[in-house]
Amino acid sequence: MRFEVDGRSVLAATGAVPIDRPETAEAPLVILIHGAGMDRTVWSQQTRWLAHHGTRAVAVDLPGHGGSDGPPLGSIFELATWISKVADALGGDINVVGHSMGAFIGLEAAAKFGDKISSLVVMGLGAAMPVHPDLQAAADVDDPLAADLMAGWMHGPEQKFGTHPTPGMSMTGTSRAVIETSPSGVLAGDLKLCAEYDGAVAAATTLTCPTTLVLGKLDRMTPRKSAQPLIRALGHANVIELATSGHAPMMEEPEAVRTALADHLFSPTG
Amino acid sequence: MVEPDHHHFDTRALHAGQRPDPITGSRAVPIYQTTSYVFDSVDHAAGLFNLEVSGHLYSRISNPTVAVLEERLASLEGGVGAVCTSSGQAALHLAIATILNAGDHVVASRNIYGGTYNMLSLTMPRFGITTTFVDPRDPKAFAAAIQDDTRLVFAETLGNPGIEVLDIAAVAEVAHAAGLPLAVDSTFATPYLIRPIDHGADIVIHSVTKFLGGHGVAVGGVVVDGGRFDWAADGKFPTLSEPYDGYHGITFTEEFGTAALSMRARAEGLRDFGGCMSPANAFYLLQGVETLPVRMARHVENTLRVVEMLNAHDAVTWISHPSHPSHPDHELAGRLYPKGTGAILSFGIQGGREAGRRFIEAVELASHLANVGDAKTLVIHPGSTTHQQMSNEDLAAAGISEELVRLSVGLEDPNDICADLSRALRVSQRA
Repeated sequence: MRFEVDGRSVLAATGAVPIDRPETAEAPLVILIHGAGMDRTVWSQQTRWLAHHGTRAVAVDLPGHGGSDGPPLGSIFELATWISKVADALGGDINVVGHSMGAFIGLEAAAKFGDKISSLVVMGLGAAMPVHPDLQAAADVDDPLAADLMAGWMHGPEQKFGTHPTPGMSMTGTSRAVIETSPSGVLAGDLKLCAEYDGAVAAATTLTCPTTLVLGKLDRMTPRKSAQPLIRALGHANVIELATSGHAPMMEEPEAVRTALADHLFSPTG
Repeated sequence: MVEPDHHHFDTRALHAGQRPDPITGSRAVPIYQTTSYVFDSVDHAAGLFNLEVSGHLYSRISNPTVAVLEERLASLEGGVGAVCTSSGQAALHLAIATILNAGDHVVASRNIYGGTYNMLSLTMPRFGITTTFVDPRDPKAFAAAIQDDTRLVFAETLGNPGIEVLDIAAVAEVAHAAGLPLAVDSTFATPYLIRPIDHGADIVIHSVTKFLGGHGVAVGGVVVDGGRFDWAADGKFPTLSEPYDGYHGITFTEEFGTAALSMRARAEGLRDFGGCMSPANAFYLLQGVETLPVRMARHVENTLRVVEMLNAHDAVTWISHPSHPSHPDHELAGRLYPKGTGAILSFGIQGGREAGRRFIEAVELASHLANVGDAKTLVIHPGSTTHQQMSNEDLAAAGISEELVRLSVGLEDPNDICADLSRALRVSQRA
């Protein structure tokens, strides 16, 4: 579906289920936010399932990403503000699900716009996200090496051998293609936003909404220990650790993430 | 500069797509000889049928053994995914049927496998899809043949049987400038010799029967989805960019993005046309893929020996292999194919059609049959077999003369291959 925020077109996947059907008007509205250099399709294992399981799912392309109009926004705070406008545009309180950079955006949005955000699920994040200088350097010049580096680092060791949940698909191949096809400069800008953002712990400290953290035990981009300050700051959060996931649990253990989302939305413990 | 953390090609040829079976510990890929899969629940079944969740539901659409081969080939080619089919021809048909509609047009190389030429020139027009054939060595010819209704550019990375070397990047640039995808059949090259997606191709098709399988024991094909082409850019590809009633209004580009083609090819193409690969064939073909790097290196090495021998033989009037300086694409081949240009070559015999017939009947080690890419050396006369449906005019346009003999150099000791061919050449000259 397409809708507008600040006069610019936003592309979102809704699992091919319209969100404005009268029969689902009261269903939770779930906004899924992708990470750096990625797009809405990182949630393809969750979006359509959520849409058919009692929610209105909206996996957005952030400004300048995927099929959404640009330009990309310049800070995590601007992106959090943009998410609050997504809530306004879609007309309801939203549940936010964010991955990596999208998790930072979700944290910041939930802290600053708590009146619009009912709950939060974040995955693939630490209290900070430093970026390897070689990755940033490659991204700065749109070198395909950047996509290659990220695709190699973002998945756990088992996923490098394969057995993709979707028959016939290559996990590293898919990740590389999504990043490679992102518009020029988008990945470089996103990586800078991640590296510069230092508000995650402060945001977490102020959160009052139900919050779930999904952490991959084999995450090399944001190792589990890097999330500990966040977990301490959140205090009340529900923390789920997935045994074979790296940095992208929604792709690597999609069923476990679907279960985590369902538990969070329909029987919250956090 | 830090290096990407991926397994290298030879390792992926052995491991990509498979982890040891968690229940039995089986190191080899098991043959899941089953038609169907028990659902966890009614909700699980509904989710599988509705593309809400991934998994196997019926072996026409996916099978765990076939999925290993698909994921392995996607990894070796650098694609986002792959769909295996019952044959290479089924793979080409699947790609066309997934992207094109009646009224659409293809621009294709004229120097292609005879079966592909027949499909494009004779069969697809019955379904409203027409093709213009052009010289694969002339990217401008591809550009000139593109019409408003063109939806696909197609060529072979190494042509059949003349081994015309496609300048993939140049033709991809032409296709992309017109908003079209480039599909290539890379059967003769295999990803060991070239990875067309790295050069700009969008779809890679193989007859897995040939060098990938490598042992002449199973027929199969594959469509590898490069995942880089923007199918939603300008509305030219409604099967991918518009809602599809077959799955309650799903739009494949919107939901699956870079994987739109492979998802639709499986969800619609295998579901409705049913050209699936059997799990047993996938197992046989996987055995070949495991040793692809070792075999292809030896195929190339033996081919260079054979080219050298033929070049020095009085009965040989010409040789067509890109390794030979006389080949028009010798320079391009050196640039694109640092590991060599494969093991298919053609040559002409002094004495025309009759000499060719005597040669083929005289070979003892080489086998006369309609296949290439076997571990064993194979020989055929295309004018009377693989390309026999083509008119003399079309044969000439495709560079196939009546004395042309096509050779697929195998893995035997190169001295034995050369001795067999040399002896048969002598016999061919006895009137």
